[in-house]
Amino acid sequence: MKNLNRYGYFFIAPFWLVFLVFSIYPVALTFYYSFTNYTGSGTAEVVGLANYTRLLTDSFFVQAFVNTLKIWGINFALQMGLALILAAIFSDMRLKMKGQSFFRAIFYLPNLITVSSVALLFGILLDWQHGSLNVVLMNLGLISDPINWLNEPATAQISVSLILTWMWFGHSFIVIMAGISGISTDYFEAALIDGANRWQTLVSITLPLLKPILLYIMITSLIGGLQLFDLPMLITDGIGSPDGSLNTMVLYLYNQAFKYNNYGYASAVAYGLFIITVIFSAVVFRSMYSSERKQARQV
Amino acid sequence: MTVLAIVCFVPFLMMLVNATRSNEAILTGFTLVPGNALLENYQTMMDYVNVWTGFKNSLFISVLVTILTGYFSALTAYGFAFYTFKGNNFLFVFMLVMMMVPGQLGLIGFYELSKTLGILDTYIPLIVPAVASPFVVFFLRQYILTTLHPSLIEAARIDGASEFKIFHIVAIPIMMPAIATMSIFTFIGSWNNYIMPLVLIFSPEKYTLPVLMGFLKGSQVAQNLGSMYLGIAISVVPIMIAFLFLSKYIINSISAGAIKE
Repeated sequence: MKNLNRYGYFFIAPFWLVFLVFSIYPVALTFYYSFTNYTGSGTAEVVGLANYTRLLTDSFFVQAFVNTLKIWGINFALQMGLALILAAIFSDMRLKMKGQSFFRAIFYLPNLITVSSVALLFGILLDWQHGSLNVVLMNLGLISDPINWLNEPATAQISVSLILTWMWFGHSFIVIMAGISGISTDYFEAALIDGANRWQTLVSITLPLLKPILLYIMITSLIGGLQLFDLPMLITDGIGSPDGSLNTMVLYLYNQAFKYNNYGYASAVAYGLFIITVIFSAVVFRSMYSSERKQARQV
Repeated sequence: MTVLAIVCFVPFLMMLVNATRSNEAILTGFTLVPGNALLENYQTMMDYVNVWTGFKNSLFISVLVTILTGYFSALTAYGFAFYTFKGNNFLFVFMLVMMMVPGQLGLIGFYELSKTLGILDTYIPLIVPAVASPFVVFFLRQYILTTLHPSLIEAARIDGASEFKIFHIVAIPIMMPAIATMSIFTFIGSWNNYIMPLVLIFSPEKYTLPVLMGFLKGSQVAQNLGSMYLGIAISVVPIMIAFLFLSKYIINSISAGAIKE
């Protein structure tokens, strides 16, 4: 039979054509710009490492980095805590919780809505003077004066973290449940017979066996978290106020590029963000797999 | 548990109730009783922003993106899986490495490229790149390697089918469940994409829903809270209804996407 393997090239050609033009070339071009003072028009002048030296001493970028980590950290702790508690309740053999699919659907719903709608919705719900949240809280007598949620650095960051938690805990819960369903019920039955209580079951059986899934959630959430953009952008009209507390790294990148036309510097910010992401992912990966060398799930 | 479900739903509930109430009513307090200003709010909103246009644009883009991603990823995955050609492994590994690169890294280069090609303010840069989706290719390749036996392809060859015909008649139907799973992700991802259309589209009549929602905030409509809530509700409710029917498939897809190797 004649060799048909050359057909392989025909099959992968469209992919590679588009991939080269729309993915690899832009990444390379951005890399080139990061060494220039390109402003979006005229010619790009090569300035060497100037953009990167500026990045290292840029207090706004450092602040954006810290903000991003804070917002992601609070959100991730709450989100995982909630998701794990829910998963423990639903997987408990003694409780035999019903309606799992109903609750999964309700918990996941906020994740499906366009972030801009979510941002807009919470923007007006949290509004200082007219927001329904303050009105409700005041009617209940819990607060006497309206709280200006989005105008204080601390409450603004916490608000955004909570919105992210609201959006994402359902997703984590579903992924954790999928992981638990992959664990053989023998383990849980054995634990039940041995008289392990809920906490012991969770700590000694569920969590260790879930490690690959937890790592997956942690890494994907971290990468997504470091790229946080839509919500702060829309809630603060792109400014990142109050006091720059909602300025995230990608928002900073966006503003540098498309607001101030500092394409060269913004490109360096993009690569800075990339390096930070790689380092963090590696640290998370190593710390979860320091003692044992299991093959992590790559998804 | 129930409390949490209620907490999840309360913002939506507030949105729906407030969408039917007049501006003055919202300012004075909150009730769970729907008001009677729904029509009025709708007219105020439509005077400034047509949310349905954004809806239509988003739907158009997302559907095309989903189709392109599904078809071309299947094509590429099949090419990688069943032909041994020079550079096969190298290209595959290279693709996996590129998969780790975050989207923002090429953003500025992408914008400049679109400017050079003269395709700014068109849907081309939002749709065409869907042809190259490394993650979907990766997923489909793993899937087809375990589900499609090479002897099936051999049999089709002996029957005289051409290579592309084999792909369309044998491989695509077998890959369909995996393509459907990935399509759900692709669609949601495209639907929620905000930064790309924000950067690339300038004409208000071409705005996608996410960009249009951002636009709504800065517009005159923001003065009228009832209309704002209604605009948000229109952007959200169709998704909620679709989710009502599809939730089982969507949730199964997330589970599958997360734990399949």
